[in-house]
Amino acid sequence: MAYSDKLLDHYDNPRNIGSFGKNEADVGTGLVGAPACGDVMKLQIKVGADGRIADAKFKTFGCGSAIASSSLATEWVKGKTLEEAEKIKNTEIAQHLSLPPVKIHCSVLAEDAIKAAIKDFREKQTDGASGKAGDKAAE
Amino acid sequence: MNTMNTQTTTPTNGNGENRPRLPIYLDYQATTPCDPRVVEAMLPYFTQHFGNPHSRNHAYGWEAEEAVEKARKQIADLIGADEKEIIFTSGATESNNLALKGVAHFQKDRKDHIITVATEHKCVLDSCRHLELEGFKVTYLPVQQNGLIDLEQLKAAITDRTAIVSVMAVNNEIGVIQPLAEIGEICRARKVYFHTDAAQAAGKIPLDVDAMKIDLMSISGHKIYGPKGIGALYVRRKPRVRLEALIHGGGQERGFRSGTLPTPLCVGLGEACAIAHREMGQEAERLKTLRDRMYKALKEKLPDIFLNGDLDKRIPGNLNVSFAYVEGEGLMMGIKELAVSSGSACTSASLEPSYVLRALGVEEELAHTSLRIGLGRFTTESEVDFAVEHIVQAVNRLREMSPLWEMAQEGIDIKSIQWAEH
Repeated sequence: MAYSDKLLDHYDNPRNIGSFGKNEADVGTGLVGAPACGDVMKLQIKVGADGRIADAKFKTFGCGSAIASSSLATEWVKGKTLEEAEKIKNTEIAQHLSLPPVKIHCSVLAEDAIKAAIKDFREKQTDGASGKAGDKAAE
Repeated sequence: MNTMNTQTTTPTNGNGENRPRLPIYLDYQATTPCDPRVVEAMLPYFTQHFGNPHSRNHAYGWEAEEAVEKARKQIADLIGADEKEIIFTSGATESNNLALKGVAHFQKDRKDHIITVATEHKCVLDSCRHLELEGFKVTYLPVQQNGLIDLEQLKAAITDRTAIVSVMAVNNEIGVIQPLAEIGEICRARKVYFHTDAAQAAGKIPLDVDAMKIDLMSISGHKIYGPKGIGALYVRRKPRVRLEALIHGGGQERGFRSGTLPTPLCVGLGEACAIAHREMGQEAERLKTLRDRMYKALKEKLPDIFLNGDLDKRIPGNLNVSFAYVEGEGLMMGIKELAVSSGSACTSASLEPSYVLRALGVEEELAHTSLRIGLGRFTTESEVDFAVEHIVQAVNRLREMSPLWEMAQEGIDIKSIQWAEH
């Protein structure tokens, strides 16, 4: 299977690998996928006082397409408001990386990871930062 | 033409100098390159000696027939058979189809039960599924954690209606060797035919159809440094195994398999068997040293790696290792310098990881992290060391970006998490 240069670049030089403290109030964590399915993505956002995503980090267990999709997702969410980030579609990720059809689910997972991170952040704001979401896989 | 000359005049010495250096080929269970000596033996049968081996009326036919019969003898010698017991086929897939369907169809009025194993090659499993649709009953024996069948379970599964037991000699993914002689003993005692798919075993381990009481055996050309598109089926004559043919026509191969024999391919398979027969002992030792060197180095340099399948009852050229917390296809992308294969789902269109690993009881998350590394005749020590270095580097890099590795380091049990299966 031939992969696009953009995909290979994200695989070889992934952006924003790492973790934030998942209990920090300004951090939202999305953990999606399942080890038994061969894909797990952890995507975290750090939200600034202005309501924009100031920074993002990821860690991914998965194939090259999954790694590239999550790397790209962290790049795209940075600088966006939560509402803007929520609008990122898996089809845009798939198109940008020219994912082959059998790898579309990787982009779906990346979109899910963004949404899960945002949801976790919002819940923290309303619940007063319980910080438990990181222990539980979102959908 | 020049390239071909260089290749065929270079005696094979295991240095692999004729191949491009990268990626290093470590997938010898998928296929093997033709040994240059095999190609050399084949070439005259494409051009000068092109006759139809079934032509009885002129020298062209006679010389082709002679070549084919010599090859038949070379194949028979490798497995302790008589040349009259060897049928040429297009490969192990056809041999397996012919053995299973051939025996089942011939016996269908008296016996309608087949026993095979969950870890067999797809062509055996799929032939069995097909026979199930025709009304045959099939028992799929489980394997133990080391990949071997439990002989007591085999004994218990045999009934008066059992026509054939089919157990592969060596597994294509994990390289484990089934206890053939013991299985043969059990089958003979119950007067049940014993078929073995020896595609991965012939030429790699000693096989003797009489000592092991094997009634049918499938052999593949391209797994033993011979050409693709040719294989053989051994069919015992004493006591005679009766088969119904799958392919009808001119009645070649004693009516078991019609069609003009591809003389160059037959010659290639014969030569490949002869070389394997001569060099097997030495080659097995050399490969075992390389394989052990590789596994030891990987274990020393990487924590949390697991060998799939028995280490001792295994052909020397196979390693199947799970690198926990790193997904197999992601890993393969990180070792572009190596040609290996993975038991991960992502390598195929299906989302299921390797059914062979699952049958051993390897958990799905670990099955996704497996690599199959196949060493062979042209693998060198420096290639093994190079491979280890690159695998270690890639695994370490990918673990650094694996959320599962991070959790493991924090002491979180990934099984305690409720994952959303997708």
